[in-house]
Amino acid sequence: MTISTPSNSPPTDAASDPAIDLAVQDVVPESVDLAEEFESSGVREVMEELDKTLIGLAPVKQRIRETAALLLVDRARKRFGLAHSVPTLHMSFTGNPGTGKTTVALRMADLLHRLGYVRKGHLVTVTRDDLVGQYIGHTAPKTKDMIKKAMGGVLFIDEAYYLYRPENERDYGQEAIEILLQAMENDRDDLVVILAGYADRMDRFFNSNPGFRSRVAHHIDFPDYSDAELQQISELMVTEQNYEFSDKALTAMAEYINLRRKQSHFANARSIRNAIDRMRLRQANRLFQANAGPVGRKDLITLEEGDVRASRVFTGGLDSDAKPILPSAED
Amino acid sequence: MRITQGTFSFLPDFTDEQISAQVQYCLDNGWALNFEYTDDPHPRNTYWEMWGIPLFDIADAAGVMMELAACRKVHAGTNYIRMTAFDSSHGWESIRLSMITDRPAHEPGFMVERQEQAGRRIAYTTRAYVTTRPAGERYT
Repeated sequence: MTISTPSNSPPTDAASDPAIDLAVQDVVPESVDLAEEFESSGVREVMEELDKTLIGLAPVKQRIRETAALLLVDRARKRFGLAHSVPTLHMSFTGNPGTGKTTVALRMADLLHRLGYVRKGHLVTVTRDDLVGQYIGHTAPKTKDMIKKAMGGVLFIDEAYYLYRPENERDYGQEAIEILLQAMENDRDDLVVILAGYADRMDRFFNSNPGFRSRVAHHIDFPDYSDAELQQISELMVTEQNYEFSDKALTAMAEYINLRRKQSHFANARSIRNAIDRMRLRQANRLFQANAGPVGRKDLITLEEGDVRASRVFTGGLDSDAKPILPSAED
Repeated sequence: MRITQGTFSFLPDFTDEQISAQVQYCLDNGWALNFEYTDDPHPRNTYWEMWGIPLFDIADAAGVMMELAACRKVHAGTNYIRMTAFDSSHGWESIRLSMITDRPAHEPGFMVERQEQAGRRIAYTTRAYVTTRPAGERYT
């Protein structure tokens, strides 16, 4: 389990402050400027950051924008004293490996916090072994413990389908599911649950647990990245780590992405991240071996074509390699 | 006789919302909450029974209130319940706040016992009326 806290606290905790809420209800405003709300709640910042740092994922961004709009309008309605019920915000993220599900979940927690729908905005990431116990009576306290930790924030259940194991009828996963369902229903105001996993298995999971399907209002599908998007992502990652590609390395990288996609165990952005890590390794090694006098800043930050081309992907990839020299899964 | 020990005990009993606000204050200070219960109201009875284990790593009061609700389900009415907030930071490593959240509906209070000793000296002791009954049956 990991707990991540939002990077910066939002400017408007006022939305969740009951004292201010009361004062607002006394004076019913004439009109509410939604654009102004959009600015002041800090939602715009989150959206802009989302656009800037998340490449591609158009349908995901669209859904997030819609959710944000709903929450903003809901907040405005509340000011007028119009009937409002807290919308169900439980979500399911489906998509292939490395398509940014966890990253978006973290942003989502921040966004919901800024809108005042979760009080703390921290993200608790759990998997099956954090929820399911080993013996009878162990599961309920474990699951409840995690729910308690996630209260006021977002509970992110990665690879949620592992909770349900129909092949073993004595599996305790079912117990965890029942407790989760109960919490998702009763503590809707305090807790947002996000389930994530690969699309086909999540479908099977929802089909065998209809309770989950009906309690999860938003199903968001994460598409695979296109080659151009992966190229952009690689450049972004390299820049974030204070490196840069030489021109030739850039072309090599484009080829690399194209080839890598056709090989086994392709995991979108994650594959790219791993590839870049290995390129850094090769670059360091090259600088060391070359031993050509003092190295400057330019040398230290540039990834050359050779660093990219040395990858096994260019010689047919993992499958064709008879003697694996590096114990790496993907190179 | 109303037992007054810990913080806020001279005030009327707190509502859940008020307790929740106190809990949030503790959490914001980085203290870990813990619930304890007892049916022996004597002021020297400092070691109460723990309800579960201390609640570490919780960010929001709602999580703690869940645990209080569970404790109340079992002990409300028949026991005192108090919350304590433990500060683990260096130099403190101790309880920073203690507060009774639940008490039995009727608190009979204490009697004074006098014991005559040699040379007409008198030793005094207080005894809670309820402790004449066995533990577990005191506030039923």
